[in-house]
Amino acid sequence: MHISEGILSPGILAAGAVLTAAGVIIGLKKIDTEEIPSVGIMSAAFFVASLVHVPIGPASAHLILNGLLGLILGWQAFPAIMTGLLLQALLFQFGGITSLGVNTFNMAFPAIVCFYMFGWCIRSNRNRALFIMASFGSGFFAVFFSAILVALSLYLTGEAFLPTSKLILAAHLPVMFIEGGLTSICALFLKSVKPDLLECNADAF
Amino acid sequence: MIEELLIPDSFLQCVDPRVKLIGLLVFSIVVAVSYRFATLVTALFGSLIILLPARVPLKEICKRLIPVNILIILLWLTLPFTVKGDPLFFLGPLAATRAGGLYAAQISIKSNAMMLMFIAVIASTRIFTIGHAMHKLGVPTKLVQLFFFTFRYIHVIYREYLRLVNAMKIRGFAPRTNLHTYKTFAYLVGMLLVKSSDRAKRVHNAMLCRGFNGRFYSLSTFSMTKKDLFVFLLIISFIIILGVMEWTGIIL
Repeated sequence: MHISEGILSPGILAAGAVLTAAGVIIGLKKIDTEEIPSVGIMSAAFFVASLVHVPIGPASAHLILNGLLGLILGWQAFPAIMTGLLLQALLFQFGGITSLGVNTFNMAFPAIVCFYMFGWCIRSNRNRALFIMASFGSGFFAVFFSAILVALSLYLTGEAFLPTSKLILAAHLPVMFIEGGLTSICALFLKSVKPDLLECNADAF
Repeated sequence: MIEELLIPDSFLQCVDPRVKLIGLLVFSIVVAVSYRFATLVTALFGSLIILLPARVPLKEICKRLIPVNILIILLWLTLPFTVKGDPLFFLGPLAATRAGGLYAAQISIKSNAMMLMFIAVIASTRIFTIGHAMHKLGVPTKLVQLFFFTFRYIHVIYREYLRLVNAMKIRGFAPRTNLHTYKTFAYLVGMLLVKSSDRAKRVHNAMLCRGFNGRFYSLSTFSMTKKDLFVFLLIISFIIILGVMEWTGIIL
């Protein structure tokens, strides 16, 4: 999902940086000083989850989990995802400095969208089927929107990137279903084991 | 394990981290917006020259260039056939163009130049030092604290993850493409989040007991010496030369 350094056009890089800066500023406003350790833990858990590889047939994919992070953190997901991506760049050289803005926006914006689309269902606490569908949706659509944003940022850089964009979209199709299923099972697990994790941002609306 | 690349006792390690971060940022931005081959090749050589005194083992450098170059290989396979221009050779119905090949070459040089400079900086700077330097350079306090906590917890959570994976292996778990595998992984992630959040609460309470007031104090202070100033001027003048090459075309 990372776009590495030196590929995107200056316009896209600048747009990504500005949008991410705005998102991070909003996110930081929503983090109280005493919440920083718990957001840091979630950001680290997100980092470690991206090292977990699940098999899909002969290949394997690593988890992204931006949908789940969005459900748990809301707007706080923006700075959390940026920190995770910055550390991935520093430790493994995935992505880099100039592409940090675009990469953060591509992952964090879908997380926020899913938070607003499905967050209320998760917290409404009435219907089990609705809960399963909403959590599946947030995992599925977070990856779906992210893949579209990645493909779009490549396509807007140059029409020559069209086949690469299509390839990226196609490669993420199975990942969407797996992320949806995993997010749904994981949310059910959290609901029965530690329900306050999913509710800590109820006041963010 | 997750380890940072740190080569001790290199010349670059003694340079003020703020100088290195600003230099890296400006260099990356200038290279990212450059398109002329002369500029990009000069930037690549500049990165190599700066990487030399950092004494990073060749194996490490190659290993760390792999993630960048996987995408670049994909671009080499597609760009020559999608950029319009004079056909160079034909592959069935597809025409490979010179312009496409040049575009792919340009991206390869650009990406690798930026990554080599990046490696030179991180190989000579501790992650905690980078955090302190970011703070000194005016990055919001909350963001720097988040950065510190995340970096600290990555190791803790990763160890927790390895423990859970070991427990799964002991019970004979082998990942396959089936519902049982996905369920197990979902529970693994869920358990990781539960344990992490419990630990976050415990750690925060412990920090409050020890008088944490929301500030991190650094024992090391940064000071700009004459040497740092010299390195800073050297980097900036190199970047200015790159800029002049790109936008006026005077040299080459």
